[in-house]
Amino acid sequence: MRLIALAWRYLWARPLVAVLNLALLALGVAAMSFVVVVSEQVERSVQRDLAGVDLVVGAKGSPLQLILAGVFHLDVPTGNVPLATVGLLREHPLVERVVPVSLGDSLRGYRIVGSTLQYPALYGAQLAEGAYWQDKLQAVLGADVAHATGLAIGARFVGSHGLGSSGEAHGDTPYAVVGRLARCGCVLDRLVLTDLASVWAVHGHAAPDHDAAQGDHDDGDGREVTLLLVGYRSPLAAATLPRWVNAQPGLQAAAPALESARLLRMLGAGTEVLRGFGLVLLLAAGASVFVGLVHAVREREPDLAMLRMLGAPPWRVAALVLTEALLLALVGALVGLALGQGLIAALGWELARQRSLQVSAIWGSWQQAVLVGGTVGLALLAAALPAWRALRLDVSRLMQAPR
Amino acid sequence: MLALRGLEFAWAPGSVLRFADFEVAQGGTALLAGASGSGKSTLLALIAGLLTPAAGRIAVAGTDIASLPRGARDAWRGATLGFVPQRLHLSASLSVAENLALPYFACGAAVDHVRVAVLLERLDLVGLAARRPHELSVGQAQRAALARALLRRPRVLLVDEPTANLDDATSATVIKLLAEATSESGATLVIATHDARIRAGLPTAQVLALEAAT
Repeated sequence: MRLIALAWRYLWARPLVAVLNLALLALGVAAMSFVVVVSEQVERSVQRDLAGVDLVVGAKGSPLQLILAGVFHLDVPTGNVPLATVGLLREHPLVERVVPVSLGDSLRGYRIVGSTLQYPALYGAQLAEGAYWQDKLQAVLGADVAHATGLAIGARFVGSHGLGSSGEAHGDTPYAVVGRLARCGCVLDRLVLTDLASVWAVHGHAAPDHDAAQGDHDDGDGREVTLLLVGYRSPLAAATLPRWVNAQPGLQAAAPALESARLLRMLGAGTEVLRGFGLVLLLAAGASVFVGLVHAVREREPDLAMLRMLGAPPWRVAALVLTEALLLALVGALVGLALGQGLIAALGWELARQRSLQVSAIWGSWQQAVLVGGTVGLALLAAALPAWRALRLDVSRLMQAPR
Repeated sequence: MLALRGLEFAWAPGSVLRFADFEVAQGGTALLAGASGSGKSTLLALIAGLLTPAAGRIAVAGTDIASLPRGARDAWRGATLGFVPQRLHLSASLSVAENLALPYFACGAAVDHVRVAVLLERLDLVGLAARRPHELSVGQAQRAALARALLRRPRVLLVDEPTANLDDATSATVIKLLAEATSESGATLVIATHDARIRAGLPTAQVLALEAAT
């Protein structure tokens, strides 16, 4: 009989204790794994979606709301700003790039974003099929949108007013699908992209001259955009440009780096609570494994003494106890990882349903390896004293003592 | 096969057990007789190399056990001795068949399934291999413990109080079983007992009468 097989049998000799210890270990690992993977993915997703955007300019309101609406497309915008702002900013010597963005409508909960071709270029987007828009009311679908709606090139759809699927439909201004983006793992996956002029056309404004949207001065006919994504020409702009923008009437500047750091800090509090909870569960599991093994070794002393009598060296008897703890830790860690991945997959499904951030279960990350290693280390630490007792068994006393 | 010369053991300073010189030939039977506390189990532990004598020598097949390094004693014990303790010590977590695999686990060897099957057959345990110890009768448990002790073909079989708390009929069965098993295997049988029924059942056995500690 092999060491592992015998340890496995001894592990399940006390099924209630084994299940309790496994449950504690698995829950601790699941909580830790969930927190580690989700927080890493959210942080990476935030950083990816911020690519190339140094400043977001929009209507007065909450800067965080401006970022959430304009960069992550998770909130409603604070309002609109005049189209003339595009030109105003482009003339500023510290500004390298201004990408206007107009929001307001959606397709089955996926946002329709009116912008210029600079917008997909910010994320290095690639077309999987078709082409970008050449005219108003032509749309390019993000990968998730195309998958969820099943709309193919040439298909037509109408947008609904607002961000919910129950908004008023703009039935008289249907869009034609002209392209589909390859998956980028960024915010574009869940957007419908179109020309700025499409948004004005849908909402009853005549399209301006093409140059106006591209940045030349608007003629002031009342056309608006929702917000502007600004790229700095120089790092010095970070010190002065937001102040300059905020001094303009009706304009608000929000720095994505600052706001996203604030957002992650807010999320971080919850993350720390979950992480602490997982750690407490793991430590409780370690204590439970320790108590369980101490009792098991005490109960099993005659069995272990018999093994010594049969010729087993002390280290083999101690190894039996350590192997039992090792098996417990490995099974607990694997069950915990599977549970954690299941929770992450469920969260990812729910977030996808809400057209929100992308979170997906992953296997084989170094954090998971560290978690398994930590769990095994904890279990071996808990087994150290029981194994030491097994190593130091007084065999002759145990062989003589009546039970 | 088994020889004791000038053997002494001290549990504590001033409490010394002295054992008479004694010798048993290969295949012979020895009874370690005496009242409780006379040192029967201690002598078994000394022969098994679990305790180290304060003086004197124990030789099994020419090997002075006390001269073996501690690590080597384990391997020597597993290869040379079979042991049936008074309480049998069958693992309650394992089936009879798994209990019979323990001697192989103890020495890190692969289980010899043929040998296990032979002993299960010989000791009439075939139908009981999957049972747990608590599902066995006293006699069946005795046979299982004896099978475990005989698995690795020991040269000396040590048995501690095999008939304690057994009725006469079961006691007679156990004595017969021990005699037959050692007779077939050619092992030297050493029984620690204070039960007169064993002395009566094994009339040709040599007897080492032990006295309380001096």
